[in-house]
Amino acid sequence: MTSAHPGLSRPGTRSAARLTGFVLLALVLAACGRSSYQYNWNIVVDSVIRPDRLILSGLWLTLSISVISQLIGVILGVFGAIGRIARLAPVRWLASFYVWFFRGTPLLVQITFIFFGLGVTGVYRWPDLVLLGITVSGNVQAGIVALGLNEGAYMTEIVRAGILAIDPGQMEAAKSLGMTYRKAMRRIVLPQAARVIVPPLGNEFNNMLKTTSLLVIISVPELYVTFSRKNASGPTVFHPFELFIAAAIWYLLLTTIWGLIQAQIERRLARGTGAAADAQPGMIRRLFGAQREVGR
Amino acid sequence: MTLHTPHDLLEAVGNLPESGDDVIVDATDVHKWFGRLHVLKGVNLTVRRREVVVLIGPSGSGKTTFLRCINHLERIQQGEICVNGHLIGYRTENGKLVEDREREIARQRSEIGMVFQRFNLFPHMTALENIIEAPIQVRGISMDEAREMGLKLLERVGLAAKVNTYPQQLSGGQQQRVAIARALAMRPSLILFDEPTSALDPEMIGEVLDVMKELAHEGMTMIVVSHEMGFAREVADRAVMMDEGIIIEEGTPEALFSHPREERTQAFLSKIL
Repeated sequence: MTSAHPGLSRPGTRSAARLTGFVLLALVLAACGRSSYQYNWNIVVDSVIRPDRLILSGLWLTLSISVISQLIGVILGVFGAIGRIARLAPVRWLASFYVWFFRGTPLLVQITFIFFGLGVTGVYRWPDLVLLGITVSGNVQAGIVALGLNEGAYMTEIVRAGILAIDPGQMEAAKSLGMTYRKAMRRIVLPQAARVIVPPLGNEFNNMLKTTSLLVIISVPELYVTFSRKNASGPTVFHPFELFIAAAIWYLLLTTIWGLIQAQIERRLARGTGAAADAQPGMIRRLFGAQREVGR
Repeated sequence: MTLHTPHDLLEAVGNLPESGDDVIVDATDVHKWFGRLHVLKGVNLTVRRREVVVLIGPSGSGKTTFLRCINHLERIQQGEICVNGHLIGYRTENGKLVEDREREIARQRSEIGMVFQRFNLFPHMTALENIIEAPIQVRGISMDEAREMGLKLLERVGLAAKVNTYPQQLSGGQQQRVAIARALAMRPSLILFDEPTSALDPEMIGEVLDVMKELAHEGMTMIVVSHEMGFAREVADRAVMMDEGIIIEEGTPEALFSHPREERTQAFLSKIL
C-alpha cells in the first residue's frame, strides 16, 4: 500500500505502514465486538501457548512430512533435471513425461489416487511400517510419496534451470581436466547451480509446509486436520474462528522460522560471488525488509 | 614478474619433459561439420615433443575448433587425431571408428592441458582449490600432496598471496595464471591454449605471456591459438596459418610473418600487424 507513495522518506513509510496496521486491527476488533458471537480467545491463547498432545503431534506430522517430501522432491528433481538434459533421447522423454504428468494433474487427485486408487486395487495396500521404532501408518506413507513425487516434478524444472544457468565453459574446463560428466556435474556444475536453486527451493518448501494440509483427504492427522477435528468435537466444538486463527499462527510460525533458515543458507552459498557474505542483508531485514526498500 | 631458473614451473609438479622429439600430436585429414557447415576440411598437423606451435588465421577459419578437437571437446566426422600415439576420442572396431567410452576419453584428456580464452576457473573454489581439484578427484593423489604442489605452483606463477582468494576477486591476468597453474597440476604432456590473452586488458597480457614463455623455455609442448606476434616470434618453433578450415601455410614465425607466400596470409597479416 505504501508503494503508491514512492516519495515518502523511509522512516515516514515505516510509521505509515504501522499506522495502517493498527487501523486495520482496530476495525477487525470493532467488527468482532459488534457481532453476537461469544468469542473465546482462550482457545487461541491455549492452542498457541499451551498446545496439547494432539496439536503437538499434528505439528510434528506437518513438519516431518514436509521435510521428507521436500527431500524426496529435491532428489527426484536432481535426477529429473539430469534426465531432461541427457544425451539419450528416451531418458529425456521419460523425464519430460514425469514432469508433464505431475504438473498437469491436481495434487489432490494424485494423493487420492495413490492412497485409495492403489489401495483398493491391491496394487499397493499401504500397510503400516515400523521404521526405527516409529510406526508410520499407510496414509502418512502415501501422503509423503504423493507430495514427494509432485514436488519432484517442480524441482526438476527448478534444478534444470539452475544447471542451464551455469556457463557451459565450466563443464568444458572440468572435462578438459579429465573429469567424467558425472564427476563434473557433482563437483563443478551442481554446487554452482545450488546457488541459483536455493531461492526458489525455499519458496517450494514454504509452499510444502502449507500444502501438507491437503492430506486431509486421506485423513493424515497433521496440523490442519487436528484443528479441524477440534472444531468437530470435544470442548472446543464449533469454534472455527478461534481454532483457525490458532492454526494460522502455527503455520506462520513454521514458515517464518523457515524464512530465517533459508536466509542463512543463502548467505553461506554466496561465498566466492560478488555478494560477499557480509554484504547480504541480515535475516530480520530480509524477512521484513521489503517495505523498507520502498521509497528508494 | 620475475623469471625463475629453467624448469621451475614444471619442476614444481615433478613433470620435467622427456628428452627426444617423438610425435605428440598427429592429426590427419581432420574433417568437422557443424550441421551442414563444413568447418574443418582436412587438417593435417604434426607436433613434436617440446615444440611450440602458434595457430593463426581470421575468425571463423577453424583454428579454435581444431584445437578443441585435439582433446575431443568437439567430435570429428572424418580423419583421425593421435596424441602420444593413441587415437583421441575414438577407437577402431572392425576397421571403423567408434567413439570411445567416456572414461577412456576422460583419461586421455587428463594428459592434455587446456587454457581457455575466458579462463573458466571454478568460481565456487579458491585459487588453490581450483588447482588441486582435478589432481585429487581424477588422479587420486592425497590432499597434502596436492596442497603442497598447488602452493608451489601458485608461487611460481607469482600468486603466492592469493592462495585463498576466489576467482572473482582476481584480475583477468591473475585468473589466467591460476588457470595455467590448474592445467599444469595435471602434469600434462601437452597444453592447448585457446586465445589465452584475448579476453585480457592490455596491461595484463604481459604477465600471462611471461608465464607461457617460461613454460616454452622449460620444454613444454604447446599449441597456441593467438595473434600475439611478439610471443610467436620469441618462443614459437612454428607458425601455422589456417583459413576456411584448412592449413594454408606454415613455417618459422620469422619466415611466415616476414615473407608469407600465400596472398591470404599476406592479407591477414597486414590487418593484424
